[in-house]
Parts: sequence; structure tokens; C-alpha cells
Amino acid sequence: MYPVLQYFVVPFIHGVVLTLVLLLCVAYLTFMERKVIAFMQVRIGPNRVGPRGLLQPIADVVKLLIKEDLTPDAANRVIFYIAPVIATLSTIAAFAVIPYGGPEATVSIFGFPIRPYLADVNVGILYVISISSIGVFGIVLGGWASNSKYPLLGGLRSAAQMISYEVPFGLAIIGVLMVTGTASLVEIVQWQQQHTWLFWLQPFAVVLFFIAGVAENNRAPFDLPEAESELVAGFHTEYSGFKFAFFFLAEYIAMIVVSALVVTLFFGGWLPVTFGLGHLFPKLPALLSGAWGGPWVMLLFGMGWVFIKVFFMLYLYLWIRATFPRYRYDQLMNIGWKFMIPASLAWIVLTGAGILAVQAIRS
Amino acid sequence: MEQYLPILGMVLIGIGLPVVAIVFARLLAPHRPGGMKGDPYECGIESTTSVRERLSVRYYLIAVLFVVFDVETIFLFPWAVQYQVLGLFGLVEMVIFIAILLLAYFYVIKKGALKWA
Repeated sequence: MYPVLQYFVVPFIHGVVLTLVLLLCVAYLTFMERKVIAFMQVRIGPNRVGPRGLLQPIADVVKLLIKEDLTPDAANRVIFYIAPVIATLSTIAAFAVIPYGGPEATVSIFGFPIRPYLADVNVGILYVISISSIGVFGIVLGGWASNSKYPLLGGLRSAAQMISYEVPFGLAIIGVLMVTGTASLVEIVQWQQQHTWLFWLQPFAVVLFFIAGVAENNRAPFDLPEAESELVAGFHTEYSGFKFAFFFLAEYIAMIVVSALVVTLFFGGWLPVTFGLGHLFPKLPALLSGAWGGPWVMLLFGMGWVFIKVFFMLYLYLWIRATFPRYRYDQLMNIGWKFMIPASLAWIVLTGAGILAVQAIRS
Repeated sequence: MEQYLPILGMVLIGIGLPVVAIVFARLLAPHRPGGMKGDPYECGIESTTSVRERLSVRYYLIAVLFVVFDVETIFLFPWAVQYQVLGLFGLVEMVIFIAILLLAYFYVIKKGALKWA
């Protein structure tokens, strides 16, 4: 068939649909955050707009849409406008390789095969890490271009923090690659389908990866760039209206990206949760993954499992935010450079020795 | 290469979405600049000094250290994928590589480059 249609137009439409779903998820993630934190603090949270406050995110978007969008007189206008675009681009583009179903769940619409992931490249993890680290440019440029003191300080802090935690963020994944022998996200989940969730083999790497992920996203307790009691709002103090909305959006999509990565790498991606009963009842995994109903059912079930697992990880984010007080800046840097990096390097060596030991026992 | 085309599409969406939405919001929202609105935010106090001043050298040190360690991570990626093929040779070689880096790492700590207080 027409290659342009198959290789560009159809994936483009697929990407647009994926982005819209993502935007909806972000809208209700903000609502979930406010509700969950409210209940943890014995409050009710937003409950006025719509039934049980369910229309609150829509009201927020409309409010941001019709709010005056100010640019400070002293700002570097071009960079000031580009910064939120860079921040958003880096997080949305990262979603291109995250799978929400196996290759067997490929469905056909108008004769075009639609796979449950946009692209399966053999350097999938490397791509996600590199594209999501572009986000730091958006923050540091936004802080600098505002030409104001608090944004500058927030942007600098943020840059130093994000690049510091970038290193353990990458190193924590190395163990996964050593065990599976591939860097494609789809193949990593397929490996887990044949063996077991990598969480059981790499428990320490999960902890390191998630902590580094929380710090990468500038979320509490590592939200020093926007420590509201010191820096007003950090790098986006001078931003308002929809430009502010896109910085906000980028932060929340980045949270979803990190959660989806944790789920894909360590918790079996689209694989069903069987609570270890798969060996007792051999038919259970097939039943829960929808393998009995053809590709459409498998796609729905796969998406459902990814959705449940990702929102569980997001809940963990909120739980952490409601529980821990913010770190001081030197503590943050000490955790990053003096604990996370040596610990992840030690874990790599340990994983290497473990794999060799297993190989020696098996041969 | 065609599997990279969807990624290009996603990058275009990532650029297009904020651009279109910000332009749309500009058309919809009121736009009346002037007065004190354009002043930098400083908790209501009038701004006296310039922002473009010298920054703490620690930020540059962190940036340089980041480059060193991130290049190491990039080197580890292909090694990790091929690890089960390389076997003991791979492990020994990587331990030597990490040891050389750790030497520099302890030198940096000894020099106090990571001290913030």
C-alpha cells in the first residue's frame, strides 16, 4: 500500500490520539492529586464544580485559557516563548516508544495494522532517556529568559538537580539491560512474559530508579526548584496563562513517563497481575490478558493493565508528596552524588557477578 | 529506518500542540500590557540590581561532573546489552573501567567539589 500513509500519516494520527488520551490523563491526574492529598490531610478537596468536583480540571483549563498571558518587559522574548515548547516536546515525544500491549495485540483499522505502541526501536530505553533529558533546557532557558531573580535561581537549582539525578536514573537501568540482553522496551516485557517480573531480580534498581525519577521530575520531596517558601514558584514565576499551563503539563506528563517506564521495565508492562498464582492455575495469565478474545480484547486488557499499574505508581508519587518534608539543597546533592551514584554502580557489579554465577550453575 | 518515522511524528505533535494552543489562547485571552505588569516579580519591592550577575562556580562543577558520568553511562549501555555474550571478560573489564572512574570520583570529593554548605 501507500508507504507514506502507512509509515507516516497513520502513525501520526495514532500519535495524536495517544496525545489526547495523555492530556485527559494529566487533567484527571491533577484532580486526583488534589483529592488524594486532601484526604490524606483530612480535608475534602475540590467538590464544587460538577458532581463530586469531577469537572474541576475542565474549569482549570478554561481559566488558564482566558487569563492574560504576560511577558516581562526585560525578558528575552524569543527564548521566553520557546522554553515551554521545549519542555512539552521532550515529554510528549518520550511516549512514542512506550508499549501498552504486545505485538500479538496488533489490530487492523481500514486495512492498516495498528500496533499497541508507536515505534519499537532497538535503542528504546536510550531514546526515552535522551529525549526526556532535553526537558532541562526548557526549564533552565525559561528561568534565564525571564530576567528576574527568583526564576533564575529556580532554573539554576533545577538544572543542577536534574543533571545530577540523570546519572543514577540511567545507571539503575543498566542491570535490566544486562539481565534481558536487549534495550527495546517491547522485548524487555516479552522477556518478563517468559521468565518473571524484573522487580524480583532487580529490587534495589527499582528503588534507585524511582527515587531518581521523582528527583528528575522535581516532585516533592525533591521540589527545590519551586520551593514556594523560598523561591515563590521557581523557574515559572514570571509565566502566566497557557505558557505556564504547558510547563505544568510537561511536569505531569514527565511523571506519567517515569511511571510508565517503571511499569514497563520492572512490573511487566501490559502483562496481567496474577499474584504468583500463574503456576497454580496455568490458564490464569491467558484469561487475564484477554488472549481468549482475539487482538481487540487483548489490546483492551493490555491497556487496562498498563493503566492500572501506571496510576498505582502515580498514587505512590502523591503518597510520597503527602508524607515527606522537602530536603535541603546540600542534602539533595549529597543523596544524589554520594549515595545514588556509588550505590547504582555497586548494583551493576553485583548484577554482573550474579549473572555469571547463574550461568556457571546452569552449564 | 521507517520505524523512526512515528517518532518524528510524535516530535512534531510535541512542538505543534503547545504552539497552536498558545496562539489560540493569545487570541482568546485579554491582552493589555503596560503599567507595572511588565516589571520583574520581586515580592512587591522595586528591583534595584541586575539579574545578569556571576553565579556560584558549583553549578559549573556539577555540569562538568555530569558530562563525565553521563558519558560513562552511555558506554555502559552497549556493554550491558552484550553482557551475557562477553561473560567474565566483560565483568573484569567493566570493573576496571568503573574503578578508574571511582578514583577520579574520590579525588573530586576530597577536593570538596560536592560540598554545598
